[in-house]
Amino acid sequence: MLLRGFGELSITVGLIMMLFCAYLLWGTGSYTMRQQRLLQVQLMEDRERGKIDKIALGRALALVRIPRLGRDYEYAIVEGVEFEHLKKGPGHYPGSALPGEVGNFVLSGHRTTYAAPFNRLDELEPGDEVVIEAREARYVYLVTGSKVVTPRQVEVMAPVPGRPGVRPSEALITLLTCHPKFSARERLIVFGTLAGRENRRTT
Amino acid sequence: MYAWIWRRLPGDTRMKVLGAAGLVIVAGAVLWFVVFPWLEPRVPLDRVTVGP
Repeated sequence: MLLRGFGELSITVGLIMMLFCAYLLWGTGSYTMRQQRLLQVQLMEDRERGKIDKIALGRALALVRIPRLGRDYEYAIVEGVEFEHLKKGPGHYPGSALPGEVGNFVLSGHRTTYAAPFNRLDELEPGDEVVIEAREARYVYLVTGSKVVTPRQVEVMAPVPGRPGVRPSEALITLLTCHPKFSARERLIVFGTLAGRENRRTT
Repeated sequence: MYAWIWRRLPGDTRMKVLGAAGLVIVAGAVLWFVVFPWLEPRVPLDRVTVGP
């Protein structure tokens, strides 16, 4: 009787854990996709306002498109990298450079949960485009390299990555996500540099 | 545990099956919409930022 109860309990716990994994992979994604639609609406509304210097936490900043990861690959970037912000999509580090600015434009995104926007970041190769559609212009960054670091290596986010305190002279982009997949042990970092700018036609 | 629940379910076998399915759906919904959203931020599974 006791043995049977233990067996039933084990099976139940196993089923609940499987359901939790399904929730992490798909349940969290449906929340993100809803929030992404709201952020896209915000971007449409803000489009007329032109360039901004400061953006409120939780608000849409720009769109990111990465052609290597598919023609439809497009996410709205949210301002902020707290848990509540990254649930909505890739987040921009407040205080890091804005799109196209000299300095480091730093983004973090989930790898496996919440629609996993940065799931396939490891497939990027030097020369691949990362397109940022900001309000005032389209900025094209080209990937220059990637590396795996520990979660404490904050110098990758410095205005000149790896050299904190050095004054930047280039416009760079840095993408962060977790590594390996399903783990919080390390971080995968992809670096890029600004290669082109197309001003948005204002009507 | 399950045998005890099964004995408690009312009606004939068909009713019992329906009742059991209902319980499974209720339990699943509570987990999916209440327990998991609470639990997820506490599991360090997909941390993507760097910090001191």
